[in-house]
Amino acid sequence: MVLQLFKKSQMWRKPDLKNRYEVVIIGGGVHGLSTAYHLGKLGLTDVAVIDKSYLGGGGSARSTAIIRANYLTPEGIPFFRESHKMYENLSQELDFNLLFNQMGRLDLGHTDSAVYWLNVRAGFNQLLGVNSRVIDPNEISELVPVLDLRKGKTMPVLAALYHPPAGVVRHDAVVYGYARAADRMGIELHPFTEVTGIIKSNGRVTGVQTNSGQISAGTVVSATAGWSSTISTMVDLDLPITTYPLQAFVTEPLKPFLDKTISSANLHAYAYQTDRGEVVIGGPVDPYPTYSQRATMNMLEDLSVFILKLLPILKPAKILRQWAGLCDMTPDYAPILGKVEGLDGFILNCGWGTWGFKAAPIAGKTVAELVATGQTPKLIQPFGLDRFENGRLINERAAATAAAIH
Amino acid sequence: MAFLVPCPNCGERNVYEFRCAGEIVTRPNSDAPQSERTAYLYLRKNVAGEQREWWYHKLGCRKWFTAIRNTVTNEVTETAWPDETVA
Repeated sequence: MVLQLFKKSQMWRKPDLKNRYEVVIIGGGVHGLSTAYHLGKLGLTDVAVIDKSYLGGGGSARSTAIIRANYLTPEGIPFFRESHKMYENLSQELDFNLLFNQMGRLDLGHTDSAVYWLNVRAGFNQLLGVNSRVIDPNEISELVPVLDLRKGKTMPVLAALYHPPAGVVRHDAVVYGYARAADRMGIELHPFTEVTGIIKSNGRVTGVQTNSGQISAGTVVSATAGWSSTISTMVDLDLPITTYPLQAFVTEPLKPFLDKTISSANLHAYAYQTDRGEVVIGGPVDPYPTYSQRATMNMLEDLSVFILKLLPILKPAKILRQWAGLCDMTPDYAPILGKVEGLDGFILNCGWGTWGFKAAPIAGKTVAELVATGQTPKLIQPFGLDRFENGRLINERAAATAAAIH
Repeated sequence: MAFLVPCPNCGERNVYEFRCAGEIVTRPNSDAPQSERTAYLYLRKNVAGEQREWWYHKLGCRKWFTAIRNTVTNEVTETAWPDETVA
């Protein structure tokens, strides 16, 4: 039959939903799938990943997919550094081309105070084995000749934190790669299966209620990013999370002119040029919390004004599309990972705000270790929910948008 | 998604004129246990649906008020002055 010619090869199976799994992961984005994949690597394959929509359709689909490790805190830097290393080998590991383009990144400083913080970050980065250093405008103009480096304008570029290994990875490919690898290990993927309730007995989570029936589980992992509060409320757990949308837009494809990721905390904007030539431009989260994923004209105008201060060459470029994704912002710009006191069998993998995509490999690995062994790996011990009670907040000010809100 | 907020003083205005100061939480007494103070400072319901929250008309009359807003549809159904707000 001629139709056979167009038969699609399936990336993963479509098994029937069972009524019991050892581990149920809520959320089929990069974090849920990475956790599943690493559980499989540890030999735990009686695992189901369930998602209310298609796989990778939430934050993973909307991320601007920048990978970097040049953070500020002694807790954050090693965590993101390990994730960065894992991304460097992930294409080979998953046997799937993730189009990782290690283009390098410049964090621009426009004020003395911003330059001070860039120096602090460079110092911490170098101490903790992350390749980054502060460079002057001469070197910046060699790396990014199109950048507006005129002196005397408002927000002149004084210096930049140069982070050569930073890059951009194809976000959908990460989802597909992890999903296919997990599926090949025997882990089940169940898109379009919405969790409607979580079953609890004697202070222990024992399963989930879905629109396709009840599933009992030894452990339930919540990896739902922007929707984390809607899941945790099912077990009467309040989280230090507020959901804000983050908007981004792309221009029409242009000839290659920008081969670095550039970002400015003072101007609340970042940009890079994709392999297709489109320039991706993003900024801070919206000024008000909402679960709506619709983009706004006001943000488009603001972001355009900000980015034109850095890249005036973009002025005649047409805008192709704009979108918004949900960010589960935490008060200290760090994730929330690990067990919940007084609620056995429920593991949090959330608080991903604007820094989640770049952390998916290491978060999946460490959370999988926690699920498999019951012990919280050292790398994620500072990110427990109990840090808010103990006053051990992390204050990761080098996260995107951290400078813009609060 | 942009929307209009009905300021009780100025009427309907673009949401970008306002500052949303988040859902209303009740401040515990000074002798309250640590857990209650943690909850007040950090923990939020963050509901996907209607919630009562603080708003400030920063580019208008510069008055604080409370509003009931649906965080999914961004429809503001009710506004009140702080002293008229029922918790």
